[in-house]
Amino acid sequence: MGRAGPCWRPSASVDVMRLRAAVLRILRKWFEDRGVLEVETPVLSRAGASDPHLGNVSVQLDGQGYFLHTSPESAMKRLLAGGSGDIFQVCHVFRAGELGQKHNPEFTMLEWYRLGHSLEDMMTDVESLASELCGIRRPLVPFRRTRYRDLMRELAAVDPFTAAVPQLVDALERHGVALPAGTPPQRDELLDLLLAAVVEPALDPAQPVFVYHFPASQAALAQIRPGDPPVAERFELFLGGMEIANGFHELTDTDEQGRRFDRELARRAQQGDCVPPRDDALLAALEAGMPDCSGVALGLDRLLMYLADVDDIRDVLTFDLTRA
Amino acid sequence: MASYSTNEFRSGLKILIDGDPFIIVENEFVKPGKGQAFNRVRIRNLKTGRVVDKTYKSGESVEAADVIDTEMQYLYSDGEFWHFMVPDTFEQYAADGHAVTEAKNWLKEQDHCQITLWNNVPLTVTPPNFVELKIVETDPGVRGDTAQGGVKPATLETGAVVKVPLFVEEGEVIRVDTRTGEYVSRVKD
Repeated sequence: MGRAGPCWRPSASVDVMRLRAAVLRILRKWFEDRGVLEVETPVLSRAGASDPHLGNVSVQLDGQGYFLHTSPESAMKRLLAGGSGDIFQVCHVFRAGELGQKHNPEFTMLEWYRLGHSLEDMMTDVESLASELCGIRRPLVPFRRTRYRDLMRELAAVDPFTAAVPQLVDALERHGVALPAGTPPQRDELLDLLLAAVVEPALDPAQPVFVYHFPASQAALAQIRPGDPPVAERFELFLGGMEIANGFHELTDTDEQGRRFDRELARRAQQGDCVPPRDDALLAALEAGMPDCSGVALGLDRLLMYLADVDDIRDVLTFDLTRA
Repeated sequence: MASYSTNEFRSGLKILIDGDPFIIVENEFVKPGKGQAFNRVRIRNLKTGRVVDKTYKSGESVEAADVIDTEMQYLYSDGEFWHFMVPDTFEQYAADGHAVTEAKNWLKEQDHCQITLWNNVPLTVTPPNFVELKIVETDPGVRGDTAQGGVKPATLETGAVVKVPLFVEEGEVIRVDTRTGEYVSRVKD
């Protein structure tokens, strides 16, 4: 049987394209009303993502190697250090290996930073914007806010801060989730699997939920709030059975940021992954002084999936990866 | 040995686990916002037919099963083995009873079947979706019952027993859907 020719047709319907245009129009107005400046930063970057769970896409340009950004975070923080004030950006980002019903390796991210905002302020920001955007088609009920620890206890019946590996394995088995084959999973990986395979599917898709105060070991670029246990000042928004947004009270400490980069790059090397150059430009920007702020990255395609009430990301992309 | 990265996972892919060939039935990519991604797959053991769920950390590799589907012509059975031939090359393969468990009721000499070979040995035999077989035994039809949609058992030349409408007679050839084992129609010469 002959192979089918390339499909020229769009993956998204015209209705969804109109919905996307409306979302962009409304969000730009929302930011303008609050004095948040729209910016653009390069897609190309000399430093790739150091996060060992992100897949970098590398490209060659005139004999020089670059990476396509996995998020505009680093460049936007350099703008903040350069005195930009509140900023937002809508851009395409690239993540190798992320392909599925809710993932396309190239997708649209809305990212914004607000000076002086606490984590709570930032959740309020997200709630306001998401409510306004969803109001055009599927109005949202009031958001629920819950600590990571409470949610895991409630829906996975396990305490993520105290449970040892065998208890996490137990919790997965109780919920009928097959344990990862191959290399033995680390503690955080088991927590990740519980969140993605047990907790996320158990959430009411119509109820927007903020999950905040993640384990300190999952802080990424968030500040860690001391305490017992210490927690990452980080939140995620779940809606429609998907993670829609991730927010941080941003880390501004240069030394701590440098240590996290080094740890992540070492882990990459240990896993045999590509090890991109360290993002020294961001470290220098933090050193020069980045104002205290919170930031959020929101997956615009997924928000559109909720708005259009579709369960495959391809339905909201003009051309998914197979048609690119 | 060839292997597949989880990035290449899709339904229909054949992989080797603990020495057994499996086919991926479903593949789901899950990833928390910041953290390890996983591929949750449902796979079917091609030898036993058993379906199991597995989880892989995304980025890991799994050995590929050397499994290929080939169209062959059914020749005959010697009671122990069922013999098939590749029409173009005349190459012959013998499938054991296990490989034809599902198919043997529908195998008619010279029909073309799909043979799944693993390491060059027939693993499963899939008959054509529709086969035409002669009825060798069935009770005589009862006159006047045709409108009621009643059925009766009929034994086919391969030994299979299917339900046929009352008006169908012994000696007639009928068309059967092998996926459901259901009568489709009479075949007129």
